[in-house]
Amino acid sequence: MSNIYTVFKRELASYFATPVAYVFIVIFLLLAGAFTFYIGNFYERGQADLLPFFNFHPWLYLFLVPAVGMRLWSEERKSGTIELLLTLPITMWQAVVGKFFAAWAFIGIALALTFPVWITVNYLGSPDNGVIFASYLGSFLMAGAFLAIGSCISACTRNQVVAFILTVVVCFLFLLAGYPLVLNAISVVAPQGLVDAVSGLSFLTHFAAIAKGVIDVRDLIYFALTIAFWLYASAVVIDLKKAD
Amino acid sequence: MIETRQLSKRYGELTAVDGITFKVEAGQVLGFLGPNGAGKSTTMKMIAGFLAPSAGSASVCGHDVVADALAAKRVMGYLPEGAPSYGEMTTRAFLHFVAEARGIRGAQRAQRVEDVIERLHLHNVLEQSIETLSKGFKRRVGLAQAIVHDPAVLILDEPTDGLDPNQKFEVRNLINAMAKDKTIIVSTHILEEVQAVCTRAIIIARGKILADATPAELEARSRYHQAVSLTTTNLAGAKDVLSRVADVAAVEYDTVTRRLTAIPKPGREIFAPISELLKSQGIAVNELQLESGRMDEVFRTITHGDLGEDLAEEARA
Repeated sequence: MSNIYTVFKRELASYFATPVAYVFIVIFLLLAGAFTFYIGNFYERGQADLLPFFNFHPWLYLFLVPAVGMRLWSEERKSGTIELLLTLPITMWQAVVGKFFAAWAFIGIALALTFPVWITVNYLGSPDNGVIFASYLGSFLMAGAFLAIGSCISACTRNQVVAFILTVVVCFLFLLAGYPLVLNAISVVAPQGLVDAVSGLSFLTHFAAIAKGVIDVRDLIYFALTIAFWLYASAVVIDLKKAD
Repeated sequence: MIETRQLSKRYGELTAVDGITFKVEAGQVLGFLGPNGAGKSTTMKMIAGFLAPSAGSASVCGHDVVADALAAKRVMGYLPEGAPSYGEMTTRAFLHFVAEARGIRGAQRAQRVEDVIERLHLHNVLEQSIETLSKGFKRRVGLAQAIVHDPAVLILDEPTDGLDPNQKFEVRNLINAMAKDKTIIVSTHILEEVQAVCTRAIIIARGKILADATPAELEARSRYHQAVSLTTTNLAGAKDVLSRVADVAAVEYDTVTRRLTAIPKPGREIFAPISELLKSQGIAVNELQLESGRMDEVFRTITHGDLGEDLAEEARA
């Protein structure tokens, strides 16, 4: 546990040692605000909830989370520090989990900094804060799932741009797994059972379920398993590819 | 103590390291010599626990590097090739991170970090981010992280690469100072370094060990071992004298350094007879020197082609 914390601390500090953190947070907050107030018509709707705010999170994450995830391992490989990190007396999973948690915590900080939106809606009306809390939780979990995918793809290449683009594509497919765009394509070649299974993998459906305010254990397990699976895959990929 | 048995690494068709077996005891400094791409770094990466061997095994202080990886990593300090470090961190933060990851806690950590800062003269760059440091300082930071936990075993992949002569001298002194109670492997392609720090040298090429001996023994393999070289103004007279000594096998003249070298027949000593004959003939020499052997020539002979193979056979026999 203390090893995970050591890796976590170093990694999180490294975000704030470069402009990456500040650029990310400012852009995230600006876009989240713009989407909510201009495209989401927050005021015009006249309802005291944060639906227009949370509705855009999946799309915001689609581009911003891969930008955080892309450097997780490709930078370590490119600079050679992976050799340093993995010859310290820490295990592979401690390194993978420590780095992942740092990136996730960083996105969590950005998400927490959207609190003025919450204050605004409470000032204007009396929203159901339970639903808002659930939505924040769902949003955070979804960000973690995106990030875990990013971690794995970042482990595949030492080129951050490649990692970014591939992560966006994979995340996009997972986002829309429950929608005709993906399902129609699969149903051409796969049996109905597989099509149903894939539709169950959609980030959007699970996020929407939590964002309604219903924290279903199945949705939580879904995100936890997704994160665990992609982190496990990250460790496998790092092990396979560290030689080159 | 480091021990490898038939250690091998294959990448598909390519065999980078091919059945390397050796043992290094505490107090020894083993120099790993070889041309680029010989398999030096790959061998070190396997011992450090970064790469898994395709075949064979390695152990550090009795801990197998695969089966008991964490225990092996704990007793080992490793400087990877190129001394990579986290560029955005300050020197101090980086050393503290490594010390913490190595399980050094509290006041002891502060003291250990202070100790390596002292040893590698890092005082002036403590608050600077590592990416802004010069190559020499980066290398020293890399060395500092390798020794911050005072490991019993040190693996240094080209520790003096990119350093200026003064820094090289300091790093060699540092290695010599630590050599007494530690097991150290140093890879290098600087031959003078082997003489300066190593008690033993392994020459490796194409993934195989071609020679395993002390630096002095390696020098003795040179055709220049026990050779006599001199400079003189009376070139013709000196040449004549050298050719008259019975045990001289050949005489060479280097037009650049204006140096005459007499190479002895194997196992013969020619210094005394040459010196006497020069005196009796009244030929004045500016300088008369007995050579111990030329490392670069031995290195070339061993690592090049067929002759190398012969020596490998000889080493195995």
